[in-house]
Amino acid sequence: MLICVVAIEYAFLTDDFSLSVVANHSSIETPNFYKFTATWSSQEGSLLLWAALLSVVASASLRFTRHKMRDVVPWATAVMMGLAVFFTGLMIFGGGVNPFALVAEVPADGAGLNPLLQHPSMIIHPPMLYTGYVSLTVPFAFAIGALITRRVDAAWAKSTRGFALIAWIFLSIGIILGSRWSYTELGWGGYWAWDPVENASVMPWLILTAYIHSIMVQEKRGMLKVWNVSLIVTSFSLALLGTFLVRSGVLQSIHAFGDSTVGPYFLALIAIVIVGSAWLIISRLPLLRSEKRIDSLASRESIFLVNNLLLVALCVVVFWGTFFPLISELITGTRSTLAAPWFDRYTTPLAVMLVLFTGVGPLLAWRRLSWEGAKRVFALPLAVAAVALAVLLVFTDASDSFWALAVFTLASFTVAALAQDTWRGAAARRASAGGSIAGSIAAVAVRNRRRYGGYIVHLGLVVLLVGVAASSSFETKVDAKLKPAETTTVNGYDVTYVEPTVARDDQALIFGAVLQVDHDGQRLETLYPTRRYHLNTGTTRSIRGYFEGEATSEVGLKAGLFSDFWVALEPDTGLVQKRARVADQRFAAYMRQKVLPAIQRDPSQAGALTKQLIKVQDLATDEIIQEYVDPVNATPVTFRIIVSPMVTWIWIGALIAILGAAFAVWPSGGSRRKKVS
Amino acid sequence: MALGVALALATGLVYVSFNASSEAREPSELQDAIPGKSYELTGKVVHGSIERTENGVDFKVSDRDGGGSIPVSYEGVIPDPFRDGREIVLQGSVSETGGFMGDTDTLVTKCPSKFSEKKYQ
Repeated sequence: MLICVVAIEYAFLTDDFSLSVVANHSSIETPNFYKFTATWSSQEGSLLLWAALLSVVASASLRFTRHKMRDVVPWATAVMMGLAVFFTGLMIFGGGVNPFALVAEVPADGAGLNPLLQHPSMIIHPPMLYTGYVSLTVPFAFAIGALITRRVDAAWAKSTRGFALIAWIFLSIGIILGSRWSYTELGWGGYWAWDPVENASVMPWLILTAYIHSIMVQEKRGMLKVWNVSLIVTSFSLALLGTFLVRSGVLQSIHAFGDSTVGPYFLALIAIVIVGSAWLIISRLPLLRSEKRIDSLASRESIFLVNNLLLVALCVVVFWGTFFPLISELITGTRSTLAAPWFDRYTTPLAVMLVLFTGVGPLLAWRRLSWEGAKRVFALPLAVAAVALAVLLVFTDASDSFWALAVFTLASFTVAALAQDTWRGAAARRASAGGSIAGSIAAVAVRNRRRYGGYIVHLGLVVLLVGVAASSSFETKVDAKLKPAETTTVNGYDVTYVEPTVARDDQALIFGAVLQVDHDGQRLETLYPTRRYHLNTGTTRSIRGYFEGEATSEVGLKAGLFSDFWVALEPDTGLVQKRARVADQRFAAYMRQKVLPAIQRDPSQAGALTKQLIKVQDLATDEIIQEYVDPVNATPVTFRIIVSPMVTWIWIGALIAILGAAFAVWPSGGSRRKKVS
Repeated sequence: MALGVALALATGLVYVSFNASSEAREPSELQDAIPGKSYELTGKVVHGSIERTENGVDFKVSDRDGGGSIPVSYEGVIPDPFRDGREIVLQGSVSETGGFMGDTDTLVTKCPSKFSEKKYQ
């Protein structure tokens, strides 16, 4: 499998256009870096990547479980290999998705990689998501193995917990990179749009998050067994569905399965996974009965259950909204859709409650909490939350948005709760072992990586949700049409359009603007947002071709800890296009009258003449685009300006959460020693 | 009990989503549209119909197979891939005069994840 990937990469890097996948997704002019990554922009390439990653992950899982669960492992291996066979079989027999398919006629140059995808986050985003999806296979396979062999204690979940966490980490990275890309590249200024493809990535993540929590309950208390296997099966099915959705076009276009040759196979696989697992779970039901019952509502396990229900409810809402076009078509015959506000309305309250429980969960003990214990652990966080609420109400406008206020208040509660618990753990350690407070914190954290890693993740998610709440509730969005030297004021920022810029590189015309941004009378930043018009490679080369290809935005962004200033521009290229049309006509006439006859007379001149012509055309292009910056024309430009508070918190929060999960999954000294013995 | 609660919530979800949803229509299916009701227009941008306006863009949308056509007026952010011949999705309503008035910032240009049409077979 890995050899196949290497072979494909080699073909991409050496411009071997006889391979269909290379011809369609790369070109000579595509930068090397992007040639490398173009592999997974195609359906063939992503399937190959899936299969290759699966083989790596499967081998790793066998390595880590080689001394454990000898009866379950063979079945788990069979499940993983079955999936590998599916993907390999699909590539070879699935029709049209063989990554090594050849083209009938080898073109001189490829079609190129879509410029929108030529962005650093887009390079790592797909493999991250795929690694996440694929890592999910391991706990899934072991769950199935455990069901088949009737070994339904927590052993399967325990020995694959690392893989579940790794899947979580990679999915998180993938999702956050995707939204970062959307924020900086797509030119609309948002980081989340409830697009079906985004939803497809977040659904397995939600269920996986629930699973990671609820397996702890099974481990500690022997409960929720059916629930856990159901969660991992659901999560894995959703991951498959995600891969399928992204690739099939079911929801993107209404040509349901027409676009993709692999759609039906994928659906069949998903059906097998769901039906097979459901049958296994039902036939093993008597074995899966809980060993204990929940003692009290105020116990950690019941909070975990609530958190599970919230996460699953979130997923159900997202699932429903994503598939509503299909559902409504089934029920009423007309295809109806749900827009972003619908998602916001139902996910916001659920997310706010989750913020609360990320703090409450760690505070409660297993089994039961006494009234005395409750007073001890809740006093400080509640006090902090009350103070935070008062401060917010008095000193800020946070009360304008009920949900944002709720998030901020609950976030302070949660942070206080996490800090208090860490502090008490460290203080206890310090009392027995001495040393500094920081040292004690580090010591307890390293000793109990899972718990404190979890705290870090919770902290990160709270920071992220605060960022989401602030930026979505208190964002100012303005579209301003400015001429050079004009100024507009947006939410305390004075924005001056200094001058237009224009340039040309190998692939595109770049129209830009120099913007001076002042805040409270002080120079904040000079921004250079641009819009790139990529030359359309499909047709005869012309200057107009720049306006017929893709256009991408490079936004101007001044990110700050508390406020982001974001600007994208929409230049008026009418004048340049008009000049380009005239030039193209002259050019075509010259071709007909002079160049073509010359080539007919002496065909050996064709190459040299073409090169010369391209040079002339480029010179003409350079001349024409100068119109744009000519002060005489002073073309107005539409700027979309967004001032959005605390967007940076989203990226920081995600980073904290991902590092926290990595900390939790990192093998501790203790377990390493155990492995040796 | 838990099952009952789940069922009630699910029913609620079904109910509110049907209320909040807007029907997806292609231009030729908008003939009998009720003015003022929210629809989701899907279709292809007619070649050469795009005209920039003060705060947005006017264009025509036809069915995916080329039939039918409706003038569209839209204000707000224009997605990067917006172009002649592209498939779009737009929320909005039909005016008395038969034009489609797009809601601000709801224009979506399709194929954000299907970035390539095959050129070489």
